[in-house]
Amino acid sequence: MPIGSKGCQTMPHDHTHSPSGHPYRKDDDVPLNYWQTLEIAVRELLIEKGVTTATEIAAQIDAMDARSPANGAAVVARAWSDPAFYDQLLADATTATRDMGFDIGPMKLIAVANTPQLHNIVVCTLCSCYPRNLLGLPPDWYKSRAYRARTVKEPRKVLAEFGVTLPAGTQVRVHDSTADMRYIVIPQRPAQTDGMSQQTLAQLVTRDSMIGTGLAKTV
Amino acid sequence: MVRLQVTEWQSGAEVRVKHMMPPGHIRTPSYLRGKTGTIERVLGPFPNPEDLAYGHKAPALPLLRVTFSMREVWGDTAEQPDDTLEAEIYAHWLERVSDDAT
Repeated sequence: MPIGSKGCQTMPHDHTHSPSGHPYRKDDDVPLNYWQTLEIAVRELLIEKGVTTATEIAAQIDAMDARSPANGAAVVARAWSDPAFYDQLLADATTATRDMGFDIGPMKLIAVANTPQLHNIVVCTLCSCYPRNLLGLPPDWYKSRAYRARTVKEPRKVLAEFGVTLPAGTQVRVHDSTADMRYIVIPQRPAQTDGMSQQTLAQLVTRDSMIGTGLAKTV
Repeated sequence: MVRLQVTEWQSGAEVRVKHMMPPGHIRTPSYLRGKTGTIERVLGPFPNPEDLAYGHKAPALPLLRVTFSMREVWGDTAEQPDDTLEAEIYAHWLERVSDDAT
């Protein structure tokens, strides 16, 4: 209902909708579940016993939140521009990205490259393995049962729902991230991008294109 | 269980995922059990997560990236039989498929 309309004046006690017309969201006054309680208990014990501090925990959360797909995009843009780096990335993505200056921690990374003949897509059917140290937190759908179950069974249908229709003759390769390795897809470089700087190229690299559920943006 | 040597595994070799259903924390997806594929590359050794999950001493095992065809994994219901799937499987879950096997 628009602000200041007659309806508001005649129904002053209608609290189910905000002035913008959207329903109010209920407060989440629900009890903690088992795991939330356990996390708080362990965290408080670690602080109490001097193993870590609240400041250190907050700093670590900040560091996690600061990682974003922009890191992966810089890696892809460099791979598009620098053939030696591209080869190094495919041979040993862990070392290649670490040498580039990214703090990838203990993560072991494999890069897989899309070509006109091959499209790669990454999933973790067992949980939600994702190259967080390079791409940040995974999108919620990546952890959904639907994405995990369907991607290994009908990847082309899943791709179509993401708006990706592959040319006939392109093979799909699904990577089920079952164990110690994490995966990044190097999407195909879009046409008409010759001579672009790495910085400009990186703008074309979307998060989904590095999971394999999307393509790089065209120009 | 027989401890397998890293040298027994090489890319290009044909392997079958053992068809077993043990309880506990397992990193071999059930949809791949009993399926035959080809080693794409040899990784590791990595500590066995099936032991790590329970705080046990975890022996380091070779980890193999295995390529399967969708035909092999899903049979007649495959969306596109020539598409492929790759997964990481620990050595103790794999058996060699010998050339003369029937």
